[in-house]
Amino acid sequence: MPPITTAPVAETRVRTAKPKLAVWKFASCDGCQLSLLDCEDELLTVVGAVDIAFFPEATSTVLPGPYDVSLVEGSITTPHDATRIQEIRAQSKVLVAIGACATAGGIQSLRNYADVKEFTSYVYASPQYISTLSSSTAIADHVPVDFELRGCPISKQQLLELLNAYLHGRAPTLPNHSVCVECKSRGIVCTMVSHATPCLGPVTHAGCGALCPAHARGCYGCFGPKEAANAMSLGSWFTDALKVPDLDVQRAFRSFNADAAVFAEESKRHGE
Amino acid sequence: MANRTIEVDYLARVEGEGALFVKIENDVLRDVKLRIFEPPRFFEAFLRGRKFTEAPDITARICGICPIAYLHGAAQAMEDACRVTIPRHIRELRRLVYCGEWIESHVLHAYMLHLPDFLGYPDAITMAKDHPEAVQRALRMKKIGNDLMVLFGGREIHPINIKVGGFYSLPSKAEVRARIDDLRWGLDASLETVRFVAGLEFPDFEQDYEFVALRHPNEYPFNEGRLVSSKGIDVPISQYDDVLVEEHVAHSTSLHTRVVGRDTCHVGPLARYSLNFGHLSPLAKEAARDAGLGETCSNPFRSIVVRAVETVFAFEEALRIVDHYEDGMPPSIEVAPRAGTGYGCTEAPRGICYHRYTIDDRGTIQDAKIVSPTAVNQPQIEKDLWDYVEPNVQRGDDELRAVCELAIRNYDPCISCSCHFLDLTVERS
Repeated sequence: MPPITTAPVAETRVRTAKPKLAVWKFASCDGCQLSLLDCEDELLTVVGAVDIAFFPEATSTVLPGPYDVSLVEGSITTPHDATRIQEIRAQSKVLVAIGACATAGGIQSLRNYADVKEFTSYVYASPQYISTLSSSTAIADHVPVDFELRGCPISKQQLLELLNAYLHGRAPTLPNHSVCVECKSRGIVCTMVSHATPCLGPVTHAGCGALCPAHARGCYGCFGPKEAANAMSLGSWFTDALKVPDLDVQRAFRSFNADAAVFAEESKRHGE
Repeated sequence: MANRTIEVDYLARVEGEGALFVKIENDVLRDVKLRIFEPPRFFEAFLRGRKFTEAPDITARICGICPIAYLHGAAQAMEDACRVTIPRHIRELRRLVYCGEWIESHVLHAYMLHLPDFLGYPDAITMAKDHPEAVQRALRMKKIGNDLMVLFGGREIHPINIKVGGFYSLPSKAEVRARIDDLRWGLDASLETVRFVAGLEFPDFEQDYEFVALRHPNEYPFNEGRLVSSKGIDVPISQYDDVLVEEHVAHSTSLHTRVVGRDTCHVGPLARYSLNFGHLSPLAKEAARDAGLGETCSNPFRSIVVRAVETVFAFEEALRIVDHYEDGMPPSIEVAPRAGTGYGCTEAPRGICYHRYTIDDRGTIQDAKIVSPTAVNQPQIEKDLWDYVEPNVQRGDDELRAVCELAIRNYDPCISCSCHFLDLTVERS
């Protein structure tokens, strides 16, 4: 067996100063940035390798930009935030969108299928105090994004791999296959085949380690669509073979990644 | 200098985004506003039309720090609407996974968000250079809490294994018992934590709060109880809307809660502790007394000590439930939809978290109301700030800013839950 090739020396960047890391928040639950604080075993090592320049959930310290790496959580839902993301992009050498809100609008993108004025008056007694856009959209819909970490929430192992790769000047090794592959590699019995439980695993991006099938439930797609996902085929399997009502299929495709194009399109084929 | 404003544009070490605005005219305090500018996400609106079984997973996304509070509140409200009672072992396991969330959340706040204020550091990471043992202890305790959530929930943030009727699957007895050593270590570490934080210096600041919490006949409250207060509320949670009301104010995307016919109220560790001291374990009571706490505590700056005492309780409670865990119990019960309204209220780490849903006979949600603990505390935080700043207006802006931030962090405000938090502006004119 040939030796595993390593990256050519010329591609390895040599750093003299610690990179400046910033963590930004838009419409979200804070869970993805909390993933960094949840790396209990690695936290002190990670923060030792970077300068935390802006991370208000964790520190009062604020260092001025520009920033080497910006992790961006949340979706764009207000006029103010649509401006703020442009400023952050301009200040960031590398911008990484983290989580389903930042990469696919999040659960709050359910407003994209509704009348946001009606939503506002349902929740707030004085809708005139509320400033909001009619849609919730991904960061990449507003500015160029250098990398995306999927998931609701992201996987902390994937976050560590991303930071590790960045610090060593290499590309992150993150799978882009479906949850099905993770299921098979763990030896988990298929939920659709064995007990006719609808599962979004065939069209969902890997990263969770097939968490739901491992707990006897179908995948609910929180990592969003994988590359080249055939959602129409899976949607047809749900309705034709498993006799799932159209409205339930629509709900399945319209959740935490409701503004991801592949899921959005398939959701429109059902229930309306 | 006669007229000034103090502004904090971004409050650090709170979960979410907000700002503080203080206005002083000729050394007289004129205005205090806690502005929450977390963008509205409209959960209650888009829950309409979703299936009753989806509410736990969807509402968990309100908050990445206390998802269990939402998973449980929604599941319990739906079980209430469908008129089913979950078996005792599932109720116990819900308490167990909630212990994990309390430990994780309380340790995160006490050590990583609040303690740096008392010891004069910008964050726990900088603090680790001088207090490595304390920070290492915190990280390990927090991990043990998260491990419990992973064991029963699948992952620590937005667990996937909790549903209306119980759990999708349950771990084996061997896997559960493998946690005992860690939990025992955690219990010792939590006692050490109480001693550690009891030695901090606290401002002399007692408030006449109306404490609101759940109260159960024979347990320290996690998952159920009557809604009670220190000024006379004592109702079942189905009457929540009769005693607590929400108001919409211009400076916040989070609704403000008030007691009907009275004023602000205070929820969270101080309220739970002061209304339920008698139900704490003997060990937790002893730790509290040794730390100099009485049976009630009305100094919000001491909330860090109360959180530490509750962490002792959470480790003990987790050990009690783990000790009785057996293989072969059914993970859930069937819950068939039934038209009606259901109520769920649990004690999130930051205080009561209320859910109310109306569903139709097919289980489709018709109406939803969710109140996060920080939304309830928000006007109380403003009142604390007012009372604290008023006698101290002559202090410099930087000093005022620092104490205001500390006073806000006393509540461990979770702004993504309530909507979000903090920027301080002090305007002197």
